[in-house]
Amino acid sequence: MAYHVVAAIEDMPPGSRRVIEVNGRAVAVFNVEGEFYALLNRCPHQGADLCNGLLTVAVTSTEPGIYDFDPSRNVIRCPWHAWEFDVRTGKSWCEPNRVKVRSFKTEVRSGKLIEGPYVAETFPVKTDGTYVLVEA
Amino acid sequence: MNLQNLGAIDCDMHPVVPELKALVPHLPANWREAVESRGIPGFESNAYPQRAPITARPDWRDDAGAPPAGIDRYRKAVMDRWQLGHAIGNCIYGVHMVLSEDMAVALATAVNDWMAAEWLDADPRMRASIIVPWQNPERAADEIDRCAADRRFVQVLMPVMAEAPLGRRHYWPIYKAAERHGLPIGIHAGSAYRFPVTPVGWPSYYVEDYAAQSLGFQGQLGSLICEGVFSKFPNLKVVMIESGVSWFTPFLWRLTKFWRGTRSEVPWVDRPPLEIARDHIRLTAQPLDAPDDVETVGRIIDQFQSDEMLLFASDYPHWQFDNDEVVPAGLSAISIEKMAVQNPLATYPRLRETRL
Amino acid sequence: MNIALTDTADKSSARQATALVDCDIHPALRSAADLRPYLSLRWWDYLQTYGLRSRHGFAKGTPFPKIVPGAARRDAWPESGPPGSDLALMRRQHLDHHGITMGILNPLSPSGGDQNSAFSAALCSATNDWLVDAWTSQEPRLKASVLVPYEDGEAAREEIRKRAGQPDFAHVLLLSRTSEPLGKRRYWPIFEAASEAGLPVATHVFGYSGFPSTNSGWPSYYIEEGAAHPAGCQASIASMIFEGVFDRYPDLRFVVIEAGFGWLPALAWRLDRAWHRMRDEVPHVKRPPSEYIRERVWISTQPMEEAPQPQAVAQTMADIGWDRLLFASDYPHWDFDDPKFGLPPSLSAEQRDHIRFRNAHTLYGL
Repeated sequence: MAYHVVAAIEDMPPGSRRVIEVNGRAVAVFNVEGEFYALLNRCPHQGADLCNGLLTVAVTSTEPGIYDFDPSRNVIRCPWHAWEFDVRTGKSWCEPNRVKVRSFKTEVRSGKLIEGPYVAETFPVKTDGTYVLVEA
Repeated sequence: MNLQNLGAIDCDMHPVVPELKALVPHLPANWREAVESRGIPGFESNAYPQRAPITARPDWRDDAGAPPAGIDRYRKAVMDRWQLGHAIGNCIYGVHMVLSEDMAVALATAVNDWMAAEWLDADPRMRASIIVPWQNPERAADEIDRCAADRRFVQVLMPVMAEAPLGRRHYWPIYKAAERHGLPIGIHAGSAYRFPVTPVGWPSYYVEDYAAQSLGFQGQLGSLICEGVFSKFPNLKVVMIESGVSWFTPFLWRLTKFWRGTRSEVPWVDRPPLEIARDHIRLTAQPLDAPDDVETVGRIIDQFQSDEMLLFASDYPHWQFDNDEVVPAGLSAISIEKMAVQNPLATYPRLRETRL
Repeated sequence: MNIALTDTADKSSARQATALVDCDIHPALRSAADLRPYLSLRWWDYLQTYGLRSRHGFAKGTPFPKIVPGAARRDAWPESGPPGSDLALMRRQHLDHHGITMGILNPLSPSGGDQNSAFSAALCSATNDWLVDAWTSQEPRLKASVLVPYEDGEAAREEIRKRAGQPDFAHVLLLSRTSEPLGKRRYWPIFEAASEAGLPVATHVFGYSGFPSTNSGWPSYYIEEGAAHPAGCQASIASMIFEGVFDRYPDLRFVVIEAGFGWLPALAWRLDRAWHRMRDEVPHVKRPPSEYIRERVWISTQPMEEAPQPQAVAQTMADIGWDRLLFASDYPHWDFDDPKFGLPPSLSAEQRDHIRFRNAHTLYGL
């Protein structure tokens, strides 16, 4: 496993998203109110790019007619068929035990970057900057 | 196929109200008078025209060619012939079509009292569904409470085409009462004729009307699940009676697929509709719309992914089968026993109370 | 609205060497002004003043709000205009990307079901002109539908005759929720003219009959509306059979689009049983309904059936007939099927080819 730089943190404000290529696979990275999450950029259903989906909330219910809108339950809705995936775990909201998008660990790190030729090629290394990284 | 030694349970047979006169003794005084003074001809439904082939098997009709009334004919044609353990009478006299809720209440009460007197008292094997004035769900719940005291009433009967889809919350007092008394909801083919029998208007022919009944079941299954009836009433079972059966799984494929994308609209549907249906819906097995080949029927049943879905039914006196082919072709002996005995007992808790 | 962040067109390794026919692509007007050159002043004024009126009360949108804006894929919005209105994006994102060799354009708005028949006829004719000018003459892979004012059989016949023989048009298009079952006599001029013109008649789900979408009244939710679409198609197929349409018009070929297909075998079995029992009522129907369905009905695959037992979908396809299924994507709508990943993986190469292009080539005479 290696860390791959996604962007400098100031380039990814809350609500923004980026796609990076890691070992030939596209990874979608989301800043959800200051927290970073990364998912494989491919819906396990028919292959749509999840980065084009709607970042929203999984509405739940305690009984018919009641809509519970808890803003902390963030999901990405696939741009095609609107399947919902938990941005933290990649699990499908409908069938969490059966359908899952691969998720990746994200970190924000300060200082000089050590890992990866991809990093050097794509992003200038700023010794004093703070970066968003994906481990893959 | 050997039903004889099983004590099979016929989950759909139709006691026929011979004519309105038979109900009159069970009506309140003002309605007894109105039947006479207004010249009310009766409430037979055109969903089963008297002489239409589907309405009664030729050898079961009475001497005048009318659908057979009275328990003796049923005993001879079905009950004794296959040595049934129990039978559930679903009276489909057109109470469900009546536009006045007041008249519907009076008629529903009369039909239920008539049923107890003419059928339930006549044979200890008989059981029946409660006819409800669904036109007013609160009053329907009252009728359920009234009839449920008689343990021989084992189900509540609703028409497949009413005034709104049956999942609508408006109807929930009926489901609340049914669940409280351990009664499944039986939904039977037939319309209140508030709307055309197809979503594209009135067809020309009766054969289209009959074929369209399965469309009604499709809409109702969608409504019951999407409105959250089974989330609200987790112990409720719904029996789809005379629905045709083979439409069931493909409809649920589609509903389940749509649900994955539209879950946010109905978040109380918190697991796949296919699974909800498997837990809460049962289907009577006459008719089973499929070719008479073992492979196809076997496949339809296999696609349920459950051997608990089907309930044995004769659909007497409706002409669904000839000779002794009361069980659809293609079922193993084990499935037949399950369908004829275990599944009905699991579906109708009240049947277990008297089963030896 | 999210902005498309990646350009999917650069991944066109998905391109197939073989042909691929998409029977359901939805072009959209950039705005109503696109139709202005083709409408008389009278009808242009009418459109400005009274707008489109279907048999429902919602001035904007439809009775059931869609689950996504415009019922469209979130990645299908062009820089300006609604999804489906930009040929360049459609080429890049859909035709080129998936290697589509022929696509059939089925416009849904305007539809042929406006309440004012004469206005509906004018709108259909204008839309058909626009389809040729803005689409088929610009892109050889695209074919158009003949949009017809289907509630007015005579006017519809006139429009079909006007387009007959023009290679731009692949089929005649109706919406599924007609105001009467489709076999009724009022629709016969459509079948007659389509037969004369050698065009299949296609019905696409939606439209507003004026009756509830279930025969027990209006459901509450969009999910129910979606699940109920096949019901109208089932009733209309039954009607066409029992009214004798297929016998009366022996060259008529009927195409069902966007209704899925899982319901079709069960319908055929049910109609056979009912016909067997009630034949005396319809003595003009000489053969079991399943035979008319098997021979005369084609059906599009979208939205693809998805079953817990994957082989069940292939078995259903076999019941319908491998020569009767047509691939459709529904681009740019949200319930889109991807031609590569949408079909069940268990299909053989031959079965796949039938669905992807062979059946369409036969049906549309390509």
